[in-house]
Amino acid sequence: MSTAQPVATRRSVTGMSTGKLAVMWVIGSEIVIFGGILASYIMFRLQHDSWSHEAAHTNTVAGAVNTFVLLTSSLFIVLGHNAAENKDTKKAFKYIWLTILGALTFLVIKAFEWSGEISHGFTIKKSLFWSFYYTAAGVHAAHVIVGAIIMGIISLDVRKNKNLHRVELIGLYWHFVDIVWIFLFPLLYIAK
Amino acid sequence: MSTEAHGHSHAKHYVKIWAILLVLFLISITGPMIGIRVITLITAFGIAVVKALMVASEFMHLKFEKKFVTYMLLTMLFLMFLFFFAVAPDVMKTSGQNWVKIPMQEQPAATKGH
Repeated sequence: MSTAQPVATRRSVTGMSTGKLAVMWVIGSEIVIFGGILASYIMFRLQHDSWSHEAAHTNTVAGAVNTFVLLTSSLFIVLGHNAAENKDTKKAFKYIWLTILGALTFLVIKAFEWSGEISHGFTIKKSLFWSFYYTAAGVHAAHVIVGAIIMGIISLDVRKNKNLHRVELIGLYWHFVDIVWIFLFPLLYIAK
Repeated sequence: MSTEAHGHSHAKHYVKIWAILLVLFLISITGPMIGIRVITLITAFGIAVVKALMVASEFMHLKFEKKFVTYMLLTMLFLMFLFFFAVAPDVMKTSGQNWVKIPMQEQPAATKGH
């Protein structure tokens, strides 16, 4: 039997492509990962009022700028998906790279933010608050890095007009990364 | 409507959603500045929930997806809440029916290591 694509991409029992279903499962498992971190943080935060003094040292401006950057990058990737749906590969390629630029901007801001905090003595070992802060934001930043790398790989195919459906798949992942930050921002930067 | 025009109208819709998200984001920053706890909770966390729902339904297109996807993701959220409510009493309470939480440093040496 000769097929143009692997069997797994043509399965239709769920009514959606296997790739999209797989990404949805990834997102489902990510909800539990981030949910566990955030739920634990909220438990301890409600228990310890003194954490508000620690949270007062987080850089709200950096957090706010990063929120704007991620929201805008979410717009770029959904516009890239829209362009890919319309077979406009040039536009899709452009929007994917604008999203990657957003990811890099986010990471550069985070790097400056963390350097400042660490130089002032707010390290991961300083207290439980800072342990949660670096763990939650660090796991999220790792997801930003992974997303940017995958987008870079996908963009190479998009330029050759191949596997355009993958723009939607990485878009779904990217929007989830954005949603996680939407909750991290008020928890780590606003609630002081 | 041509494919190009159709795609353009979608793009306009996404830009509109982004603009709404930015307005909500600004409210979530300015609200807590007032310094009233209830307003902080509503503007920072209530709006975060609204923003997350907007991104999920409009950008991730969950409102157009098969219902089982939403149910699957809600099940994962339920597991998160289950974890929270199962563990929270142990973390957040210092005593309960027939039990008292003993701080680590006050535990007798004999009980350590069990």
